[in-house]
Amino acid sequence: MSKLSNILLACTALIAVAGCAKKRPAVLPPAPVDNNAPVDPNAGMNNGNVGGAIVPGSDADFQRSVSSNTVNFGLDMYDIDPTARAILDSQAQWLAKFPNQRITIEGHADERGTREYNLALGDRRANATKNYLAAKGVSSSRMTTISYGKERPVAMGSDDQSWAANRRAVTVVLN
Amino acid sequence: MTRSILGFFPSRQTLPVAGDRSTQGNHPGAGRGPIPKVDVMMRNAPSAASPNWAPAFAGVVLGGRKARAVLASVGLLAFVSGSAAYAQDAPAPAPAPQQAPADSAAPAAPAGDQSGGLVVDVTGGISAPMPIAIPVMPTAAVVSTPAGSTDVLGRQLSEIVTNDLRNSGLFTPLSPGQLRPVSFPEVTAPGFDYWGGTGAQALVQGFIRANGDGNLTVGCYLYDVSSKAELTRTGFVVSPSDWRRAGHKCADMVYTRLTGEGAYFDSRVVYVSETGPKGRRIKRLAIMDQDGANHRFLTNGQSIVLTPRFAPNQQSIVYMSYLNNRPAIYVYDIGSGKQRLVVANANLTFAPRFSPDGRNILFSMAQGGNTDVYRVSSQGGTPQRLTNSPGIDTGGSYSPDGSKIVFESDRSGGQQIYVMNADGSNQQRISFGGGRYATPVWSPRGDLIAFTKLGGGFRIGIMSPSGGGEKLLTNDWQDEGPSWSPNGRVINFYRSGRGSGGKADLWSVDLTGVNERKIPTPLDGSDPAWGPLRP
Repeated sequence: MSKLSNILLACTALIAVAGCAKKRPAVLPPAPVDNNAPVDPNAGMNNGNVGGAIVPGSDADFQRSVSSNTVNFGLDMYDIDPTARAILDSQAQWLAKFPNQRITIEGHADERGTREYNLALGDRRANATKNYLAAKGVSSSRMTTISYGKERPVAMGSDDQSWAANRRAVTVVLN
Repeated sequence: MTRSILGFFPSRQTLPVAGDRSTQGNHPGAGRGPIPKVDVMMRNAPSAASPNWAPAFAGVVLGGRKARAVLASVGLLAFVSGSAAYAQDAPAPAPAPQQAPADSAAPAAPAGDQSGGLVVDVTGGISAPMPIAIPVMPTAAVVSTPAGSTDVLGRQLSEIVTNDLRNSGLFTPLSPGQLRPVSFPEVTAPGFDYWGGTGAQALVQGFIRANGDGNLTVGCYLYDVSSKAELTRTGFVVSPSDWRRAGHKCADMVYTRLTGEGAYFDSRVVYVSETGPKGRRIKRLAIMDQDGANHRFLTNGQSIVLTPRFAPNQQSIVYMSYLNNRPAIYVYDIGSGKQRLVVANANLTFAPRFSPDGRNILFSMAQGGNTDVYRVSSQGGTPQRLTNSPGIDTGGSYSPDGSKIVFESDRSGGQQIYVMNADGSNQQRISFGGGRYATPVWSPRGDLIAFTKLGGGFRIGIMSPSGGGEKLLTNDWQDEGPSWSPNGRVINFYRSGRGSGGKADLWSVDLTGVNERKIPTPLDGSDPAWGPLRP
């Protein structure tokens, strides 16, 4: 009796799965393609480079105005060192000039941490950056953070120099 | 409209008629000699630091040679009653036995040292895999079906069984050149004299038949070659779309009967398919059978997706997505293809895992730079916070009975593994070796924790839930993210390469650390999550 029940249950589940699978080909994603124009995680953001002219207050304007849009961190660290402070001070000055501009801070880690830990580590770095800017007068309501962990390296090597470059927080001006 | 029916094949009368009287004497429970038995590694083997553990795995004991009488009549009678095949498939829910070895602090030997002194076998796998013959399964009549012609299917089924058993590392299937065709009546009346001459110690025969209702019947028989006895048999009625499952079920029957371990071949893996340059990897959820067959993509790659896990009922997958640039956990319904956000209005939620009963999702949430482990109903609602230490607490995994959670935390200064009660109480550190420990995963058998060890490279290891018996199973540049097979004897993980061309691929390793192999995928792959045995 229990055997029969088990079979019925198994059949029911299988009918459900296989039946739906048969109905679904229309919504299956496209087959993989060799994508030579990969997705830019910042796609859609206004780079301000309209017709070759940089619009004041845009991300492009931000990038040429500040000493860097990126601060770096030590291995498994998230403290804002003196070099990073100087960079963030210049960012805070620009943000003071454009008080309506909102930013997102992307936190990243190098490849030597595990995936999930690195998501948390990237979040730590983005937040440390955000907290420093807030202390310099940038309203928290203007700032969001996002962690990419080790998913979006800027340096592709597996060496100290590349890892140092990838341990970073990047400030991006929205709109 | 195809329907899936995979029921136990109940009646002996519908099996092929034996052409040889003598097989009557080989019925289950009839006078029998010793039974072939593959030894698998002792689950509570001493740590790798002990020089004695590896040989414990070595012996293949089989009928007539090494004397190990195993009374199998109970199991065989159970088979005759018609339930043994599925009873064997049930995962063992037994609570974790306490691990005996206390020498956990000893550093584990590198994986490469473990095979010393043992006879090397041709598969590069376990020290003494059992030779087994798996001839092509004949068909009663060649019939064209939606899955293909039955004679072709018979050959493919034997290949599925062959590959499953070979990949386990515990068997050496005879090469095609050593096999000979088996006629339909011969399925139940094996030519033992021939097979004895091949060196095979076990013989798997089967047949396939197209039924009038469009379904397929597959019979599967296991014989002890030296004692010329049938050990077990089972049969399946499957829809043509499920024909491969019959092969996996047959392999599971053989594997469980000869090793005493739980089944695992009839199962699936969900993982992240990767392609594209290192700085902008395209990542898609994908699902496939455990052997790589029936592969299909579930998401289109427009958003980064990470860390999928099956729901216990295998009808949904919980995972993390960067949809709309808001990294968060989602539940994807396999049947409908729809997904839903689990925790709304959160900055960053990740590392999701279902509880064993499927009612809750364990996950990590970062707030203000601090990450803790939370639990939320799988239907959504208000999360309950389980950890509150300053630092990163993540990577939670339930014990099979749902009473405990293993997770990682850097509260001590670096990543280490901790165990707590399911309500967050009684948090205890269990890892104390050199280096850092991450991504703990509780074995479905409850007796082991798999993890990633960081120190130099990344390596996959195991330890007991109390932290003893640590053993590293792999030794490469970057092995990460272990996931257990349904029987708790094999671990999938992903291996990343160095540098700009460094890609990730799926790999598996068994508890001995010896049987390591790459899992074929159409593109690159990471974050494998092995699902339960299919119902």
